[in-house]
Amino acid sequence: MYLVRRVLFLLFVIWVTSTIIFFIPRISPRNPIRERLAELSRSTGYAPKDLEKIVQAYNQKFGLDKPLAQQYAEYMGSVLRGDLGPSLNQYPKTVWELILEALPWTIGLLISTTLISFVLGNMLGALTAWPKSPRWVKGLMAPMMMLQGVPPYLLGLLLIFFVAFRAKLLPMGGAYEIGTRVSFTAQFIFDVLRHQLLPGLALVLSSVAFWALGMRGMGITIQGEDYVNFAEHKGLGAMVIFRDYYVRNALLPQVTGLALAFGQVIVSGVLVEQLFGLPGLGGLLGKAITANDYFVIFGIAFFIIISVTVLMLLVDIVYPLLDPRIRIDSK
Amino acid sequence: MTTLAVNSPAAVLQPKRSTLVLRYLRRNKSLGFGLAILLFLTLFSITGHLVADVNKLAYPLAVKPKQPPNPLCVFDSTMKIGKNCFVLGTDFYGRDLFAVMAKGLGQTARIGLLAGVLGTLVGTLLGFTSAYFGGAIDTVIRGITEVLLPIPVFLIQVLIAGAIDKKSVTVDTMALIVVMLAWMGPTRVIRSQVLSMRERMFVNVAKLSGMSNLEIIFKEIMPNLLPFLGSALVGQVFGAIFASFGLAVFGLGPLREPLIGNTVYFAQYQASFFNGWWWWPLWPSMALILIFGALTLIMVGLDEIANPRVRRSE
Repeated sequence: MYLVRRVLFLLFVIWVTSTIIFFIPRISPRNPIRERLAELSRSTGYAPKDLEKIVQAYNQKFGLDKPLAQQYAEYMGSVLRGDLGPSLNQYPKTVWELILEALPWTIGLLISTTLISFVLGNMLGALTAWPKSPRWVKGLMAPMMMLQGVPPYLLGLLLIFFVAFRAKLLPMGGAYEIGTRVSFTAQFIFDVLRHQLLPGLALVLSSVAFWALGMRGMGITIQGEDYVNFAEHKGLGAMVIFRDYYVRNALLPQVTGLALAFGQVIVSGVLVEQLFGLPGLGGLLGKAITANDYFVIFGIAFFIIISVTVLMLLVDIVYPLLDPRIRIDSK
Repeated sequence: MTTLAVNSPAAVLQPKRSTLVLRYLRRNKSLGFGLAILLFLTLFSITGHLVADVNKLAYPLAVKPKQPPNPLCVFDSTMKIGKNCFVLGTDFYGRDLFAVMAKGLGQTARIGLLAGVLGTLVGTLLGFTSAYFGGAIDTVIRGITEVLLPIPVFLIQVLIAGAIDKKSVTVDTMALIVVMLAWMGPTRVIRSQVLSMRERMFVNVAKLSGMSNLEIIFKEIMPNLLPFLGSALVGQVFGAIFASFGLAVFGLGPLREPLIGNTVYFAQYQASFFNGWWWWPLWPSMALILIFGALTLIMVGLDEIANPRVRRSE
C-alpha cells in the first residue's frame, strides 16, 4: 500500500516536472529554428531571401505552429510511447540517439565516482568518529569540512592547473587524445581512463567529505549506545565491534542518502563534463541550451528526473531489507 | 580587600560583550574561521573599490590585455593600482583582474544576500503559516513543497536562465531566478520547528494568558527560532551563490558584468590554460573556494548553536 502511494507520488512529481520543462523553453522569446538558420547563414555567408518561408516550413515539420496546448498534449503522448522527438539543432538525429551517444560517458564517470566516494567517505567518517583511531585521522576532519562545500567544478579547475598545466602529468581535457580512433583496444581504453582521472578525482574529492561528515555524525551517536558498550564488556575485539556493531548500524541512513546524492551528482557532473570537455550529457545539455533546442532540453531533463525518481523508489524498496526495524506494510 | 570584592563583581563577572563574542568564536572554531575568511574577502573587495577605479577597470578594453600578474608593483607612480601595474594581471579582454575581483566579489555578495534573504523570508513565512495555522493551508503548502523537493532544482534554473533573452539578464535577475525555486528548504525546516514549538509549555501558557496569535509568533516563537533562521539564511546564501555560479559557468550569467562565475566562464571559454594565461581562472576559482568553504564552516558552526547535541567530540 505504501509502495503504491509512493509510486503514484513519484509519477506525479515526474508529470509536474515534465510540464515545467516543456513550457519554460517554449514561452521564451528565443526561437531555435530562426537562431539555427541565422547561424547557418552567418557561417556560409549565404542569406536566403525567403527566410520566413523556411522558418514556417520547419515550424510545420516539427509541429511548432500548432497552439501550445495541442503541442503539449501531442508531445506528452509521444513521450509516453517512448519517443522524445527529433533534435532541432542537429536535425536528422533524434533526441534518443543523442542521449544514447552521450550516456555511457556520463554513467561511467558518475557511477564510478559516486561509489568510490561513498565507500571512501564512509570509511573515513567512521574512522574519524572512532575513539581508537590515530590522531592524524581525526585531523582530516577540518579540511574535509571546507571541502564539503566546494563545487567539483572548482576543484577540477585547480586540478587542471596543478596536475595538468604545471606538472603536465595528465591531459587538461577531452575524452581521448585528439586524432585517435574510437575502438576497444587496450591502448584506447587506457587513454580514456587517463582522461577520466582528473574529472573523477574532482568529483570524488568534493563528495567524499559529504559522506564522511554524515557517517561521523552517525558514528558519534552510536558510540554511546548500550549495545556497543555491551559488546565491549563482552570482550569482543575492536575490529569486530568496529565492523559489525558500529559501521553496520551507522551505515543505514547513508544508504538513503545515496539516491538523493545521485540527483545532486548528475547536476555537478554536468558542470564537470562541461569543464573537461567530455562528450557526456553535460556537454549535450550545454549545447542544447545555447541553441534553445526544445526537444533535446526536454529529453535530457526528463531523463534526469526519471533516473532520480527511480533511484528514490529503489531506496524505498531496498531500505526495509537492510533495516528490519522498518516494515513497509506497517505504515 | 572586602571593598574591592564588593565593588567589582559586576565588572569581573560580566566582561564586555565583544570579548564574550570573541571568546565564543575561539571555542566554536568553524564559525570563527568562516567569519574570518568572509571578513578578509570583504576587506579585499572594499580596498579594491577604494584604490582602483573598478567601474572602469573591471570592464573590457580598459587596460592592456593579457598581462601576467606582477605582485611586486603594489602601487605605481600615480599611487593607483591598475594604471600601469597589474597586481593580479589582466585578461584577454583587457580587464584588470584586481578590479574584476573586487567588483565581482561585491556582485557575488549581492546575489547571495538578495536571493538568500528573499528565499529565507518566503520560506519562513510559508513554514510559519503552514505549521501555525495547519488545516487546508498546511496541506497545500506542504504538498507543493514535497513535490518540488525531489526535483533537481538547478536543472530548472538553467532552463529559466537559458530561456531569458541574454540582454535582459542582470545581477538582480540572476538572484531572482535563483530564489524562485529555492524556498522549499527553509519552509520545511521552519515548519517542523514551529510544529514542535507550538506544542511546548510556554506557548500554551502564553495562549492561556490571552496573547494574540501575532504576539505569540513574534514574542514567544520567533526568538527561539533565531538559530534556525540564521542557519537557514546562511544555507540560502550558499545555495544562491552556488546556483548563480553554476548558471554563470554555463554562460547564462549577466555576461557584461565581472561576476566571479562569469570570469571563470570566460577564462574557460578562451581556453586560458591552453594559452598559458594561468592567472586568469586561478584568482576567481580561489575566491569561490574561499567563499564556499567559509559559508560551509559557518553553517557547521551555526549548527552547533542550533542543536547543542551535535557538539564536537574531542
